[in-house]
Amino acid sequence: MRPLLRFLDEELIERIISEARDVLRTLGMEIHNQQALELLADHGATIDPGSFHARFTDEIIDLALASAPSGFRLYDAGGRETHDLSGENVHFTPGSAAINVLDHETGSMRKPVTGDYVRYARLMCALDNIASQSTAIVPTDVPDEVTDSYRLFLSLLFCPKPVVTGAFTIESFELMKDLQVVVRGSEEALKEKPLTIFSVCPTAPLKWSEVTSQNLLDCAEYSIPVEYISMPLTGFISPVTIVGTLVQHTAETLSGVVLTQLKNPGAPALWGGSPAAFDVRYETTPMGAAETLLIDCAASEIGKRLGLPTQAYSALSDAKLLDAQAGLETSMGATLSVLAGINNVSGPGMLDFESCQSLEKLVLDNEICGFALRLARGIEPRDDFPAVPIFEELLRDGHLLISDHTLAHLRDEHYFPSSTIDRANRSRWQEEGSLTLGERAHREVELKVAEWEPGGIGETEQTELVRLMEAAVRRYGLEELPERE
Amino acid sequence: MDIVTRISEALQRGDQDTVASLTAEALEHDLEPRMILDDGLIAGMDVIGERFRIHEIFLPEVLLAARAMYAGLDQIEPLLAASGIPARGKVVIGTVQGDLHDIGKNLVGIMLRGAGFEVIDLGNDVSPEAFVTAARENEARIIGMSALLTTTMPVMGETVERLEREGLRDEIHAIVGGAPVSEDFASQIGAVAYGFDGLSAVEIVKRLV
Repeated sequence: MRPLLRFLDEELIERIISEARDVLRTLGMEIHNQQALELLADHGATIDPGSFHARFTDEIIDLALASAPSGFRLYDAGGRETHDLSGENVHFTPGSAAINVLDHETGSMRKPVTGDYVRYARLMCALDNIASQSTAIVPTDVPDEVTDSYRLFLSLLFCPKPVVTGAFTIESFELMKDLQVVVRGSEEALKEKPLTIFSVCPTAPLKWSEVTSQNLLDCAEYSIPVEYISMPLTGFISPVTIVGTLVQHTAETLSGVVLTQLKNPGAPALWGGSPAAFDVRYETTPMGAAETLLIDCAASEIGKRLGLPTQAYSALSDAKLLDAQAGLETSMGATLSVLAGINNVSGPGMLDFESCQSLEKLVLDNEICGFALRLARGIEPRDDFPAVPIFEELLRDGHLLISDHTLAHLRDEHYFPSSTIDRANRSRWQEEGSLTLGERAHREVELKVAEWEPGGIGETEQTELVRLMEAAVRRYGLEELPERE
Repeated sequence: MDIVTRISEALQRGDQDTVASLTAEALEHDLEPRMILDDGLIAGMDVIGERFRIHEIFLPEVLLAARAMYAGLDQIEPLLAASGIPARGKVVIGTVQGDLHDIGKNLVGIMLRGAGFEVIDLGNDVSPEAFVTAARENEARIIGMSALLTTTMPVMGETVERLEREGLRDEIHAIVGGAPVSEDFASQIGAVAYGFDGLSAVEIVKRLV
């Protein structure tokens, strides 16, 4: 049985959706994008051009929900399917766009550079429980105008896994699409086998900026999947209650669904978000708070009720170091997320309110994800009945270590973490150097990065990616791309 | 690939039938039993031991390989014995007097047999006298003692004293293990070594015989 967790009953889900529709009909969304407003107007929405407001109708909402797909698949750089984002399937992806990295050597945070990104991408190839990479780190050694596309460029060069990413400007989209077309061969092939998911974020409360709404429309045009990242903050820019915040999250996300589906009916998207329980003591947005996780799980229930695949920023921590809080919050989030059946769970590696990536934490989180994914597989009988024969064997042989039953089911039934997770007895742990979690994780990082081998895309494609990226940085005054080794 | 290497590889796969038939074939071709043992069976088990240590394979695979090893060893052993070559070391093991906890001791026994040693398992609640007598009678060079209770740990020291009294301390090595036991305790009572799990017990015994 696939265990599933529910926080909302049917009646409450219906009420939240109905209130969100009312918000969209009555107050509408403020959308700073001419094309989006025209699209909505063409389909019957009431537009106030002066205030950029669009009031939605039930008809366009229903039309959008009818054409929005209930799931889609992702494919790696080699064209192999890696994700089925539908039903209760769960996949993890690292937290995206950190402006800092936690440096293991110094124990301090610092600004990332190309070398950090390359190490990250190489490591990601080896972390089996994190199915996609994200453009997790923002390197500071290229012009600001290209940091978004440059991350995607490095990811495509060094790791074949699909990429959860996003554009920081309207102009970047073209290059970020072209980089993907290089890998796939054509726009048609890219449409056939999506390689990325773009995060597109409404601005709370009830607003779309010009950049993010344009990114949304551009992705829809090329059938590049998006995830809507609504970010209400309880008691600050959304109601203090979980239900009130869910109404806002639903309204903002639903408006995204409408825009995507009006632009290109059937275009793939995830009902996602990065809501948080605003901490009125520290003026911060804790991603590891219990209420944040309640909103994440409940928002996913609402998305599924609407027949859509879901996403959440729900497996990460606000700790500043790889400490017990980092483990606590990430584990709690990952566990709840898999039990809620959230299809794409973002967060691994991330610390400090989505601002700092740590490779060592990524290695630990890969284990947390493995643990959580094991929980999701639940309990099922495996040749256990009738029970008497196996006990006869046990009593006869004294142990079942080489029983056929053991050999057949050991690896399916049990998840074996890497040696980052300490399961040695004390003496062996001491003999191996009495290493702390941070030291064990660092050892694993170094091992995996060193073991990395090129794969994924061919030399012709690599050359073409470099040519495109080089041309882009030259436009902004950088003569050569930074060293990648 | 030569036949001895093929024996080693079949052993690593846990394929006891192939190990048995290849060993028979090797003997028919007059290969030295000692060579089949060292370069085939033991070489294969060494690879298995290392892969187990680094978690590439797990306990069940080690034991399957061990079972395959015996498929060859059973044919070679009588030949080695006939030519007076001791095939493998003998180890007497048991849980000490007053202690009935034998899971750890049993695992050590399984692992030692897997590594090719002959194990005389005295069970639990074993007195110092019984340990020493069994070792002497079986010409075993090692006594492995296990305890889970701190109250029964002194029996380990008494066994070492008994070896001393009987003038056997240079011939028979006492080694100890169990949850409350430590390296420090082992050296306090004059035991030769302390093993903290089945794998470390095998490594110690290999070093001592």
